[in-house]
Amino acid sequence: PSHHNTEYFLSFSLQQRIEIHKLRQGDNLILGFSIGGGIDQDPTQNPFSEDKTDKGIYVTRVTEGGPAEVAGLQIGDKIMQVNGWDMTMVTHDQARKRLTKRNEEVVRLLVTRQSLQKAVQQSMMS
Amino acid sequence: MSAAMDTESTYSGYSHYSGHSKKAHRQGRDRHKSPRSKDGSRSEKSVTIQTPPAEPLLGNDASRAEEGQDDNWGETTTAITGTSEHSISQEDIARISKDLEDSVGLDCKRYLGLTVAAVLGLLVFLTPIAFILLPQILWRDDLEPCGTVCEGLFISVAFKLLILLIGTWALFFRQPKADLPRVFVFRALLLVLIFLFVFSYWLFYGVRILDSKDTNYQGIVQYAVSLVDALLFIHYLAIVLLELRQLQPTFTVKVVRSTDGESRYYSLGHLSIQRAALVVLENYYRDFTVYNPALLTASKSRAAKHMAGLKVYNVDGPGNNASGQSRAMIAAAARRRDSSHNELYYEEADHERRVKKRRARLVVAVEEAFTHIKRLQAEEQQKAPGEMMDPREAAQAIFPSMARALQKYLRTTRQQQYHSMESILQHLSFCITNNMTPKAFLERYLNPGPTLQYDRDRWFSKQWTLVSEEAVTSGLQDGIVFVLKCLDFSLVVNVKKVPFIKLSEEFIDPKSHKFVLRLQSETSV
Repeated sequence: PSHHNTEYFLSFSLQQRIEIHKLRQGDNLILGFSIGGGIDQDPTQNPFSEDKTDKGIYVTRVTEGGPAEVAGLQIGDKIMQVNGWDMTMVTHDQARKRLTKRNEEVVRLLVTRQSLQKAVQQSMMS
Repeated sequence: MSAAMDTESTYSGYSHYSGHSKKAHRQGRDRHKSPRSKDGSRSEKSVTIQTPPAEPLLGNDASRAEEGQDDNWGETTTAITGTSEHSISQEDIARISKDLEDSVGLDCKRYLGLTVAAVLGLLVFLTPIAFILLPQILWRDDLEPCGTVCEGLFISVAFKLLILLIGTWALFFRQPKADLPRVFVFRALLLVLIFLFVFSYWLFYGVRILDSKDTNYQGIVQYAVSLVDALLFIHYLAIVLLELRQLQPTFTVKVVRSTDGESRYYSLGHLSIQRAALVVLENYYRDFTVYNPALLTASKSRAAKHMAGLKVYNVDGPGNNASGQSRAMIAAAARRRDSSHNELYYEEADHERRVKKRRARLVVAVEEAFTHIKRLQAEEQQKAPGEMMDPREAAQAIFPSMARALQKYLRTTRQQQYHSMESILQHLSFCITNNMTPKAFLERYLNPGPTLQYDRDRWFSKQWTLVSEEAVTSGLQDGIVFVLKCLDFSLVVNVKKVPFIKLSEEFIDPKSHKFVLRLQSETSV
């Protein structure tokens, strides 16, 4: 089980690094979540984005007990980077490919979340 | 102080009813109504004080004030034709008196106008002919001989006069369809113009040609031709002013009937108020359903019940404080719990059901009756000569089987006075002759039609009064309201100008019709 590290940046973009270890199911390596979005998709239909012109990749579902949930990924997270690759300006299919590389067992995601601000405030107060 | 006591006295009367059922409530209300005519009866449920008969209730006050207003108002409005200032309560007397007065006054005016126009027209028509003939008659020997050009001009004059004659016949020789209160301004203007025109021509002719006995005959004939040309142009002007100008719609007019609120919209062009009133009336007979006073009794009885429930007693003395009384009435009416809306709802639902039932019975009866009649073909005529009937006899044969259902339906929808048995039989034979289906026969009875459909002599109002604050010969403007009154009801006409429309264009290249498919796919990783 991996635990997440919370890092605070001086800028106002609160981001979180999540390390997911892929799970082997038969012939496939699965991460346990679903993505939506992309520069070739319709951003107005994204229920998780604050800005409806945001064409980034969002986490739309997290399977229970899967590697993503264990690693701390939550529904509604926006994926900014995968293993150093930028995910803010990619097509949907490119995003899928970058996540499902067959030779990678661990993916390190940089995600941003709207609820992170509240978590920061709470931990600052305590 | 007295107002408060008044409301309290009526209210305390009703506080007894609050706990009772609906039936008792109604009974109690009726009992409360009747003591008005009796002398000081004291029942345990109502507190009645005998009111002196001179004490007017709110309703009487309002009507009397209106009549007073009507008298003064009649003098400042341009309402003419008959007696428009005084409203007489008995309708028969009003009808008779109006008929008598109008038949004498207006006919004179109408015939005078017609004769003036006819005389002028004849004069104008004969003038060119006179111009040409007079030199020939008076100083024939001195005249220069008429060459080819001159004789050609004769033909031209003849044909132009013929065209003018046909044009005038087409435009002006029409049965006047209405009596308008004031003179038709444009027509009067045109007549004056023609008169001045012809007069000046005659003046010139008299001075320069007759007196000096001009010998240049061709010049005289050309002068006559120029007159006819000018007359044709005046005729053109007449067409534009009288016929063409009002064709373009610039006003929308809303007509509402005062008794039941039925309304229609019409489009009119630039017309004077009296002509607009004429257009509205012509369309009224075709578009509005016939005025049926029997349908108004329900709302009248409701209004009467509403007012009868409350009485105002002036305890302080015989002072006539009308506004105080009315305020007390309104306050009391607002406070009491009124269930008349319930009654209305159930009454209307009941009535609907009854009408639908009777209608179903009627339709079935008529359909059955129609199946008995079959059109006789030519060959069959020889086979059954004894049974042949003409449409009238056929109608009389099947009428009894549907008469009862039809009469019941007409009674329920309160239309029975519009259809006599003779008219029904006539309509039935008409439908049989023209091979109509039962539904086509019934169309006339199931829906109340426009006034045109019924007997003209009975239902067409002979006398309409135009009531308007502006002069009736002035043109229509935005916001003008005028009223067309007949004896039973009035039509309130509201004029609105059609707004100025700014239309701009936008060009869309057909090649620019391109589309994109926008998806939001979800992939699980």
